[in-house]
Amino acid sequence: MLCLLSTRQYLSAERIRGIVPGYADAPSDDAFFRTFERDKTELRDLGIPLEVGRNSVFDTVDGYRIARRDYELGEIDLEPDEAAAVALAVRLWDSPELTGAAHGALLKLRAAGVDVDQAAPAIVESKVRTSEPAFTPLLAAVRAGQVVSFDYRRPSPAELRERTLEPWGVVSWRGRWYVVGHDRDRDAPRCFRLSRIVGEVRKIGKAGQVRRPENVDLMQFVATTGGEVSSVSTVRVWAASGRAAGVRRRAKVVGERDIRGTAGDILELELRWPDTAAGWLAGYGADVLVLEPEVLAKSVRERLVAVAEGDVL
Amino acid sequence: MTASQDRLPRLLALVPYLIARPGIPIDEAAADFDVTPKQLRKDLELLWMCGLPGYGPGDLIDISFDEDTVTVTFDAGMSRPLRLTGAEATALLVALRALADTPGVADADAIRRTVAKIEMAAGQAQPAGVAVGLGVREAAETVKVRETVQSALKAGHALRMTYYTASKDEISERTVDPMRVLIVEGRGYLEAWCRRAEAVRLFRLDRIDEVEVLDEPAAPPPYARPTDVSTGLFRPAPDQSVARLVLEPDARWVSEYYPVEDIEELDGGRLRVTMRYADTSWMVRLLLGLGGEVKVERPAELAQELRARAVAALRLMDHHLADT
Repeated sequence: MLCLLSTRQYLSAERIRGIVPGYADAPSDDAFFRTFERDKTELRDLGIPLEVGRNSVFDTVDGYRIARRDYELGEIDLEPDEAAAVALAVRLWDSPELTGAAHGALLKLRAAGVDVDQAAPAIVESKVRTSEPAFTPLLAAVRAGQVVSFDYRRPSPAELRERTLEPWGVVSWRGRWYVVGHDRDRDAPRCFRLSRIVGEVRKIGKAGQVRRPENVDLMQFVATTGGEVSSVSTVRVWAASGRAAGVRRRAKVVGERDIRGTAGDILELELRWPDTAAGWLAGYGADVLVLEPEVLAKSVRERLVAVAEGDVL
Repeated sequence: MTASQDRLPRLLALVPYLIARPGIPIDEAAADFDVTPKQLRKDLELLWMCGLPGYGPGDLIDISFDEDTVTVTFDAGMSRPLRLTGAEATALLVALRALADTPGVADADAIRRTVAKIEMAAGQAQPAGVAVGLGVREAAETVKVRETVQSALKAGHALRMTYYTASKDEISERTVDPMRVLIVEGRGYLEAWCRRAEAVRLFRLDRIDEVEVLDEPAAPPPYARPTDVSTGLFRPAPDQSVARLVLEPDARWVSEYYPVEDIEELDGGRLRVTMRYADTSWMVRLLLGLGGEVKVERPAELAQELRARAVAALRLMDHHLADT
């Protein structure tokens, strides 16, 4: 293949067969063309498209060459802090697909004369993993523009349903992977968490059928679909002396009180997630008693009643 | 990837790489390409035989190498590396953009300049289909903690800190030798040698309540190794307890949030799982908070303790209500 990279002329398939050592050994025409086709595909996957054409009007068959300008990396010159950013970016991935691709890019940048020092200790190290089984088929479907269907489990209300999706992209947000696209059943854009996909991702129809809208910001879509509640409410609790360190570190002490002989403090704290707050506070059992608001006290009580009366084996 | 699939891209990148660095030690080049010096010599021998096919010897790639170094003097028209493929540009640009949006990771301005330069050089290769947001949530106090921790790392100093251990619901004073800061699943951590535990520990930045840089240098022992977080932060260990739980649909998130094994789908969207835990008091707090959404099948002691704790808490509530 190097032979094609270093020629300016079109070379016919027969000529290539004669020059390239491996090809000359092909036992038959069929075997040669099979190998040749496979190598052309491999070259294309490496980012090197073959050009077909003839050197002059006297040529009787098409020849192949590589348009050098098309396959060459443009001029690039990175400052040390930019090269450091590249080193960090390459290390971000922890994924069979993306680590390999990032290293491929690094190799080419180094070949272009950029010095990227990977041994330098990064001050911050982060990793993006792609261990979900659905990741590889979904990314392939996104790249091919192919419609997919899969069984999806929603936790609350619980249901397991088949979904048909025109996938636009896969998105990692806060360490979790999502696929974003046009949900054909709802006829609306939706995102699905990869860990909730059950079983195989099935490809439907032909490649190239999915058109991703121009102005969609995948990351923004996932980040805002999470439905984050950010209303802050003030909560007042009693905590037994020397107990509930996790609550105390987020609270300020506003008074003292004994409840039936147990010494404790009145604490005030700001909570951002009223609903998960009930579970968090209920976890402390008799060490924490919610005083205000009443709706939170009730919610905590319900949880404890369920544990006390539940058919715990 | 197989060895031969790896080899062609490497051969193609090697010539321009060597042209840019005349006389480079073979060991250094091998390290950059992540191969053994022996493999690199084999590559060089193959390249040496390549060049313009069917032409004279002057058209071959001319490589001179001695014992330790290598120089390319004629490149047979292969002076530039290949442009980035779509997948390569995506992997690099997506990662750079993710870093640019993450506080404190790297110089955001340098990252933006890099993205622009790579987009320009990559030509028509357009990234699409993958996006990454580390989405690190940082309260104002955590920003201060992180900045202090990073300054200690840079200066190579030890830290004294007040740390909240969630598993034991305890606050403690520790002196640590910082090793690195990392982000896992959207949360910032300090990895350090903990002098009290005499072991490498990961400390969540948002659980460091107070932190102070000490004058003494950071000195993690030479055998302190970074934790492998590639399979998550939780490491199964033989001394951990094991619980068999049935999660109601509303508590299924537990199986996504904590490492569970032997997952069994039951009717009505319920899930039976095995969950390991290091600390019983932590497990009791988690399960109490889940209320009736979890049933403990075993161990029996855990189920009993849960019920006893719930009864005690309800009794206290009733007393309190009676008193007011």
